[in-house]
Amino acid sequence: MYGGGYIFDKLQDNQVNDDPEKLLLFEERIARGEKIEPRDWMPFDYRRQLIRLIEQHAHSEIIGALPEGTWITRAPGFKRKLALIAKVQDEIGHGQLLYSAAETLGKSRENMINDLLNGKSKYSNVFNYPAETWADVTVIGFLIDAGAIINQITNSKGSYAPYCRALERICYEESFHLKQGHEGLVFLATGTFVQREMLQDALNRWWEPIMHFFGPPDKASVHSEKLMKWKVKMASNDDMRQEFLNTYVPKIWELGLTLPDPKLKKNTETNKWEYTEPNWETFWQVINGNGPCNKERLKVRMWAEEHGRWVRDALKTNQLTQSVPLA
Amino acid sequence: MHSIKNLLYNIADDLLIMGHRHSEWTGLGPILEEDISFSSLAQDKIGLAYQIYKILNETEKEDLPDRIAFLRNESQYRCCQFVELPNGEYDFSLIRHFLFDHAMDLRFRMFGKSNYQPLSFLSRKTAGEMKYHILHADIWIKQLGNNNEISHVRMQKAIEVAFPYSLGMFETFPFEKELIELGIYQGEQEIKISWLEKISMILKEANFNLPDPEKIKPVFGGRTGNHTGFLKPLLEEMNEVYSSDPETEW
Ligand SMILES: [Fe+2]
Ligand SMILES: [Fe+2]
Ligand SMILES: [Fe+2]
Repeated sequence: MYGGGYIFDKLQDNQVNDDPEKLLLFEERIARGEKIEPRDWMPFDYRRQLIRLIEQHAHSEIIGALPEGTWITRAPGFKRKLALIAKVQDEIGHGQLLYSAAETLGKSRENMINDLLNGKSKYSNVFNYPAETWADVTVIGFLIDAGAIINQITNSKGSYAPYCRALERICYEESFHLKQGHEGLVFLATGTFVQREMLQDALNRWWEPIMHFFGPPDKASVHSEKLMKWKVKMASNDDMRQEFLNTYVPKIWELGLTLPDPKLKKNTETNKWEYTEPNWETFWQVINGNGPCNKERLKVRMWAEEHGRWVRDALKTNQLTQSVPLA
Repeated sequence: MHSIKNLLYNIADDLLIMGHRHSEWTGLGPILEEDISFSSLAQDKIGLAYQIYKILNETEKEDLPDRIAFLRNESQYRCCQFVELPNGEYDFSLIRHFLFDHAMDLRFRMFGKSNYQPLSFLSRKTAGEMKYHILHADIWIKQLGNNNEISHVRMQKAIEVAFPYSLGMFETFPFEKELIELGIYQGEQEIKISWLEKISMILKEANFNLPDPEKIKPVFGGRTGNHTGFLKPLLEEMNEVYSSDPETEW
């Protein structure tokens, strides 16, 4: 669902001395817009930061399946139920694609999942909030998927080929999620009084997490020119936030819904959106494990790890003699 | 043709509740690939249940599919108790998927020859997806059966728990005889016989023992509205949002 991209490792330039000649050629390739394939030479830090980026993205997909997933069993009516199962299934599939992309850089899926469980590796903060009502499913499906698309389209223009390929496929599916989310939004907004109230309440609760979604403001985040130059990080947090506000706030307002920020408006002179800074202290609290659902989310993954271990062990000796025809 | 309704409710309710249980695996699968597989199983089961409720609505003048599914209470449901049981662990869920899908596949093959048009039409449409579900189940059963001690023991235990309940899929119901006479289908016993033959063969290949069906007391009751204690909370959860305002669209 979400491309992460605001937590990178501290750059440790002196950790490995990359061959300066190779480094130069590598940077020239990137400057020419070439993509890097798994077997190509790459700087140590490029590999490390990409693994970090892609694995966090993958974690965000599978953890992101959980808040919405809790509503599958309660979705009202066949249409909603089937659509939600399919949507959440797509998100798990995105995780699978991204773990594979990250594996091309030399870290196994198993190790990535271990790092998720031991807290070394993060996932998008937004999934540490609960989906309290049915309307939350709609707000997540519309606004969080919208944010994810902005992030993922941006990242798909990066320099690492397997990640770009995975993202292109993902973005294609995400565009359906967004359509589904928008339809759900309009449906509740134009529904009964109770449905509309439910939706407004969900928007109010999700607004701060959504403002946190693209990460801290540029002035506060540690700039990494190198990551930008290597096309690992493709756009600044503020730029992506602006793009998001510019596209989606009008779609919410046109339905007569409100957002809980009295300062939110587009400055017609600068062409930029103005808003109240969300509480970034909260953001760091949640990232560091103290959000409303961090423990619950990891507990679910831990259950899957522990209770599925015997199955994974049994797969290690392959007995499969049948080949599966392609669906 | 009043008696066909019984059969349609039995099958659709089985599919819906089974699909609901499969969907509970979301986010919990032992590997991501299985998470995705159980999602597909859930979608196909629930989708097929919907198609049958649609037949009930359009041909048999019953209520709308959403209202049939989301507003009935447990005593109005006709699913077998087998599908109501909680997922437990992957071993039980997998064996249930195996036993259930083989029965459903044979049932729908039989329906394909039914002189009740809506049913024969539907079964021809769904033959393709059934094939994949069975293939999925069979591959896993063989993988886990011919593997290490732990997986073999776990699966064998799960078979013993599931088997008496699975026989409940073939519980007779009012008007079954009449349906056989009318050429709607050949009846539960016929399906059960081919099912036993099919599953024994595969389980044997996987080195599992199927308990002797003659010595097992099948768990019946579902077809007359007698259910386990698990169905009521399942339905309450399923209906939570829909029944908060059943007169509106969701
Ligand atoms: Fe999505
Ligand atoms: Fe996604
Ligand atoms: Fe899907």
